[in-house]
Amino acid sequence: MSAETMNAGTMTAGSIEGIRSAIAKGETTATAVTEIYQARIAGDDPRIHAFLSVDRDFALAQAARIDALAAKGEPLPKLAGVPFGIKDVLTVEGFAATAGSKILEGYRPPYTATAVKKLADAGAIFLGKLNCDEFAMGSSNENSAYGPVHNPHDLERVPGGSSGGSAAAVAAGMAVATLGTDTGGSIRQPASFCGVVGVLPTYGRVSRYGLIAFASSLDRIGPFAATVRDAATVLGVIAGHDVMDATSSTLPVPDYTADLERGVKGMKLGVPAEYFAEGLDEEVRAAVEGGIEKLRAGGAEIRQISLPHTRYAIPTYYVIATAEASSNLARFDGVRYGLRAPQSDTLAAMYRKTRDLGFGAEVKRRILLGTYVLSHGYYEAYYRKAQQVRRLLTEDFLKAFGEVDAIVTPTAPTPAFKIGEKSDDPVAMYLADIYTVTASLAGICGVSVPCGKSRAGLPIGMQILGRHFDETTIFRVGQAVERL
Amino acid sequence: MAETERVSLDDVRRVAELGNLELTADEESRMRRDLNAILDYVAQLEELDTAQVEPMAQVSEVLGTRGEIASEGDRELREDAVRPCLDHDVVMASAPETDGVFFKVPKVIER
Repeated sequence: MSAETMNAGTMTAGSIEGIRSAIAKGETTATAVTEIYQARIAGDDPRIHAFLSVDRDFALAQAARIDALAAKGEPLPKLAGVPFGIKDVLTVEGFAATAGSKILEGYRPPYTATAVKKLADAGAIFLGKLNCDEFAMGSSNENSAYGPVHNPHDLERVPGGSSGGSAAAVAAGMAVATLGTDTGGSIRQPASFCGVVGVLPTYGRVSRYGLIAFASSLDRIGPFAATVRDAATVLGVIAGHDVMDATSSTLPVPDYTADLERGVKGMKLGVPAEYFAEGLDEEVRAAVEGGIEKLRAGGAEIRQISLPHTRYAIPTYYVIATAEASSNLARFDGVRYGLRAPQSDTLAAMYRKTRDLGFGAEVKRRILLGTYVLSHGYYEAYYRKAQQVRRLLTEDFLKAFGEVDAIVTPTAPTPAFKIGEKSDDPVAMYLADIYTVTASLAGICGVSVPCGKSRAGLPIGMQILGRHFDETTIFRVGQAVERL
Repeated sequence: MAETERVSLDDVRRVAELGNLELTADEESRMRRDLNAILDYVAQLEELDTAQVEPMAQVSEVLGTRGEIASEGDRELREDAVRPCLDHDVVMASAPETDGVFFKVPKVIER
């Protein structure tokens, strides 16, 4: 696919409000919009491989219901006729849910994730399930058991991960919005690599019910869209308390789009020195620093700040996330759902054979690491230590937010890398998340917004981090960056 | 990096057993290499003195210390009452092997 056709795809992608009002006015129908996106998937996805499954008839039936409402002149719900896709770690009743893993092959969950149900209730059209790293473990989408996703801006490069399919689908104009999940950067980093907006909501803002768990104290669900406004609109729909997730917050959900155009005049924005140190690609540095200068020109006060424990974030993250994963993934044992290895003489042998057959190398590596750091004699040295450093990293942010309203950084240290470039070196791959894991550990919110391109035409993202439950502020900053 | 060998082949086999994973000889040696590389990297946490730092397991712990969100960490638990849940038949339909009432598994006790 040429760069021209990709750009055309993104250019002609509708906005949420544009689609909804066009349907309301009778200028188009939800069916026609759905068919356009289905045709794009049929035409472009064989090269990108963002979708793992699509259901043409299900989407058209949803669209027909919206068209029936419009024909009667009834008010349309907020996301009426908006085609969306969801990362395949979220459940939709009756639809295959693989989590990018062979171990869930053939599994059709009997329940729907709360975030997905809220989108459907708001009139969105469900196109299909999106490719991702196995159990959301990866930074490149190369760990999917169903093959990698290709970056729409350069098919030889990765889209980022783990929500690579969710980012690529929006970038290629194959969905208006998508849902992804972010445990250590899995929404923000692919958003940066694919040149779209990706939101990490505050921990507890969106219910995790129906999310196939990786690391429960870190996992979050958030939207991808082509614009900050669309991403903010989707978050407004999926956020809120849910009795099915005890960690979901009861705080009221504000209208995230109300203050979008207020600009950054008078806002205090922090620039942490640790995020511009060694290892940052020069083109990324130039693009993000250029973006910061424009925010200054827009009236923001830019302050140099320090988040002193930043360099300990990756080791802290990989201890905590793998420990939680080793526990969460114990449930995949061939008894209740998914794959079971044939012909085992004993239960113990069945467990081991099933997990050997079903899990890929990165998942096994993380289960082993997590089991090791939790095991007798190592718990204090690794797991407890990492939890202590997690508090220090979080306190860094709480202190910084005493003097600034938001923090701006690069999202990732480099633009998208080549498929295969880092797949044999786990530590090098983990460093792709170096600027994103800190916010994951602290539970604060963040968004990645496009802020330029490299000379080779690869997107570069700026990450904006905000206080717990202060998504409104990061969207305002993001909107200002988008307008630059 | 000096080969301090934090993780031996026996360690890999021990955690593989704890994690119910079956590894080939190739996988065992690769996992030994990878775990040592990752844990060498993790070792930098030892530089930090955390003797006086409370471990943080959940984000709600720090939200509890912040004014307007103070109620989030310790809000009331939901009422302990029976609620509708997934239908038994629907859940059993996902099982690899079932008699309709129970999950069927191979022999549990090894002799």
